[in-house]
Amino acid sequence: MSNPDIALTKEQGSKSTWKFLLGELKPRGKYFTPFNVISVPVIILGLVIIVIRFAKGLGAVTNLSQEVPWGLWIGFDVVTGVAFAGGAYVITFLVYILNMKKYQSIVRVTVLNGFLAYVFYAGALLLDLGKPWNVVNPIIGNSFGVSSVLFLVAWHFLLYMLAQLIEFSPAVAEWLGARRARKILAGMTIGAVIFGITLSTLHQSGLGALYLMAKEKIHPLWYSEFIPILFFVSSIFAGLSMVIFEGSISYKVFSSQISEKNHKSHHDIINGLAKICTITLYVYLFLQVLAFVHSKNWAYLNTRMGHWYLVEMIGFIIVPMVLFFYSYRKYNILLVKIASIITMLGVIINRLNVTVIGFKWDAAQHYYPSWKEIVVTLTVIFIEIWIFRWIINRMPVLRESPSWAKSH
Amino acid sequence: MNINRRNFLKALGLTGVAVGAGKQLNAASVKKDSDKEFYGILYDSTRCAGCQGCEWECALQHGLPDPDIEDVPIVGEKRKTNENRRSVINVYDTSKGEVYVKNQCMHCNQPACASACLTQAMHKTEEGPVIWRDEKCMGCRYCMVSCPYDVPKFDYHSSNPDIQKCDMCWDRVKEGQLPACVEGCPADALTFGPRRELIAEARRRINENPDLYHDHIYGEHEAGGTGFLYLSPVPFEEIGFNTSIMNKPYPELTKGFLYSVPSIFVLWPAMLVGIQKATSGKNNQNDEDYE
Repeated sequence: MSNPDIALTKEQGSKSTWKFLLGELKPRGKYFTPFNVISVPVIILGLVIIVIRFAKGLGAVTNLSQEVPWGLWIGFDVVTGVAFAGGAYVITFLVYILNMKKYQSIVRVTVLNGFLAYVFYAGALLLDLGKPWNVVNPIIGNSFGVSSVLFLVAWHFLLYMLAQLIEFSPAVAEWLGARRARKILAGMTIGAVIFGITLSTLHQSGLGALYLMAKEKIHPLWYSEFIPILFFVSSIFAGLSMVIFEGSISYKVFSSQISEKNHKSHHDIINGLAKICTITLYVYLFLQVLAFVHSKNWAYLNTRMGHWYLVEMIGFIIVPMVLFFYSYRKYNILLVKIASIITMLGVIINRLNVTVIGFKWDAAQHYYPSWKEIVVTLTVIFIEIWIFRWIINRMPVLRESPSWAKSH
Repeated sequence: MNINRRNFLKALGLTGVAVGAGKQLNAASVKKDSDKEFYGILYDSTRCAGCQGCEWECALQHGLPDPDIEDVPIVGEKRKTNENRRSVINVYDTSKGEVYVKNQCMHCNQPACASACLTQAMHKTEEGPVIWRDEKCMGCRYCMVSCPYDVPKFDYHSSNPDIQKCDMCWDRVKEGQLPACVEGCPADALTFGPRRELIAEARRRINENPDLYHDHIYGEHEAGGTGFLYLSPVPFEEIGFNTSIMNKPYPELTKGFLYSVPSIFVLWPAMLVGIQKATSGKNNQNDEDYE
């Protein structure tokens, strides 16, 4: 991120570039916040577990088996994490394609969140690979498995990370005071946005399409040829719920950075997003019903898995949909936040149902994540939040851009 | 900010690249193998005596640990292949007495594992065997998720883990030799040859001895046809076969999705540019002008 080439043109004439960057690396703020006290031990423990994982193999830390080769690290970190990162393409669509300037103030923080989510959750994939040093094979060389959905997803992850980096790069340039670089990078935004939305459509659905070949392994209530479309539509409200949730925390934690004007407009933004969530949840519900009727799975409804399916459909789709609708009409921000949390839980449940809970549901031995898998997952999330906080405190993400960057 | 010429051309350029990439993707999934015939193996469970000779030959051939002498097929206990063995014999109590069944990779005509593999580590050779290539594999285990028979096995206790699966002794087949298990079978239960001839042979055996055989060649149509073919005295569900396996090739399940990729890559950017153009200017007067 701290590219010295860009930094060469920065403003602070008195200090050297390197001194500036070194100074910026130092932590700011209090050391003993509740978050730090909890996250630091978890991160240290997680790093130890990661070392063991690479020294002794996946079996030493995970509960994965020959029957269940993908567990929490794929089902939650990658599949669910990427769904939550969907907010970035939805918000850039609203702002740059539909020209809804109302959402302009949350573009940067959402894109930053999306970018970090991809870096860390797709990065978590490396922990899960048996031979991570061969990860370049689908990208460079002569080993392109072009008929693979995973090949498509891998390329899209890579390209989308680049697109998001370009979308976010003006903030980096403003931090470094690189005027010329900012102008060039800002000019690339719209192209990156269009490219990024296209990539997102395909790999959000692609994550679902990964499971299409596991036809007999996934519980019939969660397997259908609609999986790719369901994953795509749910990534819209998953991403937006994350934006609402993350936004309400950021606006408290980083309150001092946010201008009076943006503080005021934030409620309008949340309310607008609630409306979009209502509509997409409704579309999603309709598609789920369609998939259910289409596959004639009535007989499964009155089984244990069937009850669990109904809990997901009613408790985590219909309930938040009604809540979003009601709170949007009444302009009840607290209720929107509650609905977004229920929606997020629903997305986690749905993704885990497809990838972990419903996968080999009829096997004698079920998969449960080990505590080590959970600690590593938390480590990944905590490190991401650390980096997020580091960037927010330095770059103009939530706070206003410097005055020179506004006029052009 | 209105869309200008430069941005429009940029988007157009991206679309062009996408179309190119899309074509390549399409072309690969319809690629035909050459006119060489696939080899396969016919396993006749009416001849198998369950001696496990094939297990020993396999371990010897592929440098795997010797099978445990006390680990013999027992009714009601399903032995499975794992990271240390590529082939196992099981026994089932059926309506016609005890029947032995060999389990290993089915060597599908259109393998799910190979189409799932993003590095071509899993590969359907022109000779028929489905092989795994160490130097290409990144250990993602998507082959294991995709294989309807749960064949590929992963070494969870190694820092450089391999995928273990039957490769029909591809090294030997290339040099005109028989696979180790076929050569070592004392009961003549295994026959190696071109798949078409094996099906004819299997049909001949059923016709000549209709009382001995259940009238079905497992693998002729299952999963779109497999290289390993089975004859059994009883219906296949009695000897532990998964009856929910569909009769078309598994890669077809993802075909629809993969085919839609190029069209989305063409339509989306064009549509997005169109919408962007249509909506810009609407709110410009009361908003600051952002890039």
